[in-house]
Amino acid sequence: MIPFELHVPTSVDEALDLLERFGEDARPIAGGTALVLLMQQRLVRPEHLVSLGQVRELQGIEAGNGTLRIGALSPHRSIETSGVVRSGWPLLAETYRRVATVRIRNVATIGGGLAHADPNQDPPAALIALDARVGIAGKHGRRELPVEELFTGYYETCLEPGEIVTHVSISRPPRPIRYAYLKFLPRTADDYATVAVAVALDVDDGRCRDARIALNAAGPTPIRAHAAEDLLKGQALQPELLRSAAATVPAIVDPISDSRGSANYKRRMAEVFTRRALEQALA
Amino acid sequence: MSVHVRFQVNGEVHELDAPDSRLLIDTIRYDLGLTGTKLGCGVGVCGACTVLADGKMVSSCLMLTAMADGSEITTIEGLAHDGELAPIQKGFIKYGGFQCGICTPGQILAAHALLQDNPRPSEDEIKEWMMGNLCRCTGYYKIIESIDRTAAGEV
Repeated sequence: MIPFELHVPTSVDEALDLLERFGEDARPIAGGTALVLLMQQRLVRPEHLVSLGQVRELQGIEAGNGTLRIGALSPHRSIETSGVVRSGWPLLAETYRRVATVRIRNVATIGGGLAHADPNQDPPAALIALDARVGIAGKHGRRELPVEELFTGYYETCLEPGEIVTHVSISRPPRPIRYAYLKFLPRTADDYATVAVAVALDVDDGRCRDARIALNAAGPTPIRAHAAEDLLKGQALQPELLRSAAATVPAIVDPISDSRGSANYKRRMAEVFTRRALEQALA
Repeated sequence: MSVHVRFQVNGEVHELDAPDSRLLIDTIRYDLGLTGTKLGCGVGVCGACTVLADGKMVSSCLMLTAMADGSEITTIEGLAHDGELAPIQKGFIKYGGFQCGICTPGQILAAHALLQDNPRPSEDEIKEWMMGNLCRCTGYYKIIESIDRTAAGEV
């Protein structure tokens, strides 16, 4: 392991001070399941690590006034097993349950995952389908923006140097939504997806009032399927319409060829799995 | 730089100064001499280095020693009490879950954590929980059977 100096602040302000003081030589660390790996592989060589593990403000899951607030340090497993999340936002609990293995989920955090911005990870599509917002703190103040706007490129976010993720917030949908998170896993159950799709549908009397569809592992960032959503909104959700909506997906995804399949194959599978996710959500 | 760490390992309090970058698995194996914890892939995938931190399984190959400060760590050496093996250890012996041995400490700690969380898991629940502990020599039938039979009290 490369040498570095570890700092353990107990407040957000103290963490931001440390990140400002050490600048480009510093990285914040939460669970470490991604960053420690990158450091072992010498892909990242920070001289200072600012551990957020003792910052109480970043901890905990709570729901009030119809809004769910998940502290950035919440481990995946705590989201998956939270009674509040399971009853009010089941798509989120089910998606977090699909990440890696229990051992990793015990440690990996929601904020760390978002800041890491690996386009192959599972939570972003579900968070985008649920219209989640991400809270960010920096020396120049705090802001909140849609999770969808966080990602700007391959492992890149709009986080400025010295900023950290503080929380994720999600409003409760006005009516129970129909949802699905489908992950195409031709290799092993703990693998990253070849492609994955989250859908959230607000259906009233067989007619689609609202639709949100997002894909993971289908491009440099999570991708929102606007064209598919637009085809569904206001319409009766007949099988042929689901097929037409899914058919808009290959044109908007931008996958890379790798060991999980060629770009062309993934583009086709993105369509197939979008259709299946819509069908599953409505089943 | 080094960090002063105080934690319990298998019920015993340890205090030591570890370099900031020291991984928990290295502290466990080389500073404490507990070599039951194995290094497999080193990237958090295979589960050979599984230990329990405050009862939850973690990859000790990805965890900084400093992050274990104040916690209770359980390694494979900590499951037996007064020379008496834990039920899950007996189960692995009786039903053949103990195979070549490299993955076994991690398998047993993961299985132990499962039975603490869910005392009577279904076969699907066993498979889902144990997915992160790989065996590269034999297979999973005997491991699953060992866990199932231990849960049924037949050890």
